[in-house]
Amino acid sequence: MSHNAELGRLGEDLAAAHLEARGFRLIERNWRCRHGEIDVVAAHRACTVFIEVKTRAGDRFGHPFEAITAAKLARLRRLAAMWCEAKGAAAGPPRIDAVAVLVRPGEAAVIEHLEGIG
Amino acid sequence: MPVARTRSVALLGLSGSIVEVEADLGSQLPAFLVIGLPDAAIGESRERVRAAAANSGCPLPARRLTVNLSPATLPKHGSGFDLAIAIACLAAAGRLDPGSAGALVHLGELGLDGRLRPTDGVLPAVLAARRAGVQRVMVPAANAAEASLVGGIEVVGVASLAEAVSWHGGDVEVVAVDPVLAAQPLEPPLVHSGDLADVVGNPEAVAALIAAAAGGHHLGLYGPPGAGKTMLASRLPGILPDLGLDQSLEVASLRSLSGLGVGGLSTRPPFEAPHHTASAASIIGGGGRLIRPGAAARASHGVLFLDEAPEFPTSVLDVLRQPLESRSISIHRASAIASFPASFQLVLAANPCPCGQWSPKGEACTCAPSVKRRYLSRISGPLRDRLDLELWVPRLTTTATSEGAAGRVSSAEARRRVELARAVAAERYRQTPWRTNAEVPRPWLRGAGGMHPGSRATVAIDRALERGGLTMRGYDKVLRLAWTLADLDGAGVPDGEHVGQANVLRRAPLWAA
Repeated sequence: MSHNAELGRLGEDLAAAHLEARGFRLIERNWRCRHGEIDVVAAHRACTVFIEVKTRAGDRFGHPFEAITAAKLARLRRLAAMWCEAKGAAAGPPRIDAVAVLVRPGEAAVIEHLEGIG
Repeated sequence: MPVARTRSVALLGLSGSIVEVEADLGSQLPAFLVIGLPDAAIGESRERVRAAAANSGCPLPARRLTVNLSPATLPKHGSGFDLAIAIACLAAAGRLDPGSAGALVHLGELGLDGRLRPTDGVLPAVLAARRAGVQRVMVPAANAAEASLVGGIEVVGVASLAEAVSWHGGDVEVVAVDPVLAAQPLEPPLVHSGDLADVVGNPEAVAALIAAAAGGHHLGLYGPPGAGKTMLASRLPGILPDLGLDQSLEVASLRSLSGLGVGGLSTRPPFEAPHHTASAASIIGGGGRLIRPGAAARASHGVLFLDEAPEFPTSVLDVLRQPLESRSISIHRASAIASFPASFQLVLAANPCPCGQWSPKGEACTCAPSVKRRYLSRISGPLRDRLDLELWVPRLTTTATSEGAAGRVSSAEARRRVELARAVAAERYRQTPWRTNAEVPRPWLRGAGGMHPGSRATVAIDRALERGGLTMRGYDKVLRLAWTLADLDGAGVPDGEHVGQANVLRRAPLWAA
């Protein structure tokens, strides 16, 4: 596993734990189809939430949220529709969230969560 | 606090309006939007604010920031909103005290390193803030001296964004920076040095110049090259009285708006002498979006000198007609109307013909009569009509140049006489909005003002009016000038001699020939 993939995996684990602690019920992790991957699918307050997790080891290349561009957001929307189609019916109105995990070596991870980003 | 606000000033001409700068921090993906009719320079402030905040140790949050400049319909220009936008955003992000930020008006442009750069128009903006009842204003350190010229408002000068954030109670390390200095104030092109006593052997011209200064009359100077027309005109500001506080603030504001820099308040009247290649927009002011004052506005409360007037394009000369009448300049653009003051005293200088050798005595002029006529007709009749005084400045003879300094009037002496005459006039117009004889409108002059000096004094011009040698407008001009001459003499009312002298000064002899 490459360094970045390892970091991503670590970030997703941290994010999943953070989400569960905040009352999200995890439905699925790393759902893949040929168009891409959804990091986390969870249920929260009657919504089906599709969550993009971005992990960085520092802010030299900008804040993790800045890596979620308009094109990535559009792809996430398409993937969410595909997930709903594949799973039959969604359990509630869909929502897209983003979680940023900042893992600086030797420091506690900083997790930020934005709900309903578009 | 997700929403915070502060204030800044949008300038339109000399008048400023308070603009509320609101910042909203949304829980969305990072974005930075500026709305509320910003121009391109304000749009670019997003990049300056983001970089300046990051380099000052208080980066903007990675969220969606929406900045609204309100009232949203008022067009806003320039980079002077940077500081207000940065402060509003940081207040919304909770990096400083929002109450403190909201109480101040912020002006200034940010550099990427977080230092504050001086901007144009700080003086009129601070004046506008004071009029709106603002108690404190924060400006770049380089503009602090200029802003402090406005009394009755506290000026906070800061060198960097970090210093501003810390002033508002933000927790940020303030590193001492070299403040960006203001550009050296440029001097007006023609410094009115030189004393009236330098003018040799032309006592009539000196007396007429003093009369023009005393009454605020527009003046035309005609004569052959080298006769001293430019020399006379450049001595006019030196014999005008000192400006009042409001007037000198207005003069400094116009310089500030023109980007010329304000070194301090000068009580001396301004002197503007644009070259004859000047465009109409450079004289009257203009610009597509950001409307800037021209030479005529900068000459307000002073002298606008047009040397070699027939060389100016007729269209440029004629844009001055309306400001001469209304004493203000309105510039109409699709987006807005800006107005500037234009209470300048106009001085035109011209050669009598292209070869310059014509004189009333009939010297060796080589120009064909039609050429001479065409040359002078470039100064249009309506413009010439607004000159109360026209003067023929002859070339000096040897006897005149060999005269000693005795009898010459110094600028200080002339100014004293001008001040006395103006005081008499101001006393006469106490109940009216006018201060000088040149300002008095014609209906008031003959009607409510009761300024007709009696038919014994005006018998000569009454006859000329009857015969058609003098128009009604010309008659009124003679009366105005006669009052000025009487004020200078300390006579209560003009007598026949004042009226006669005024009638001679009214028109130079060169058009008749």
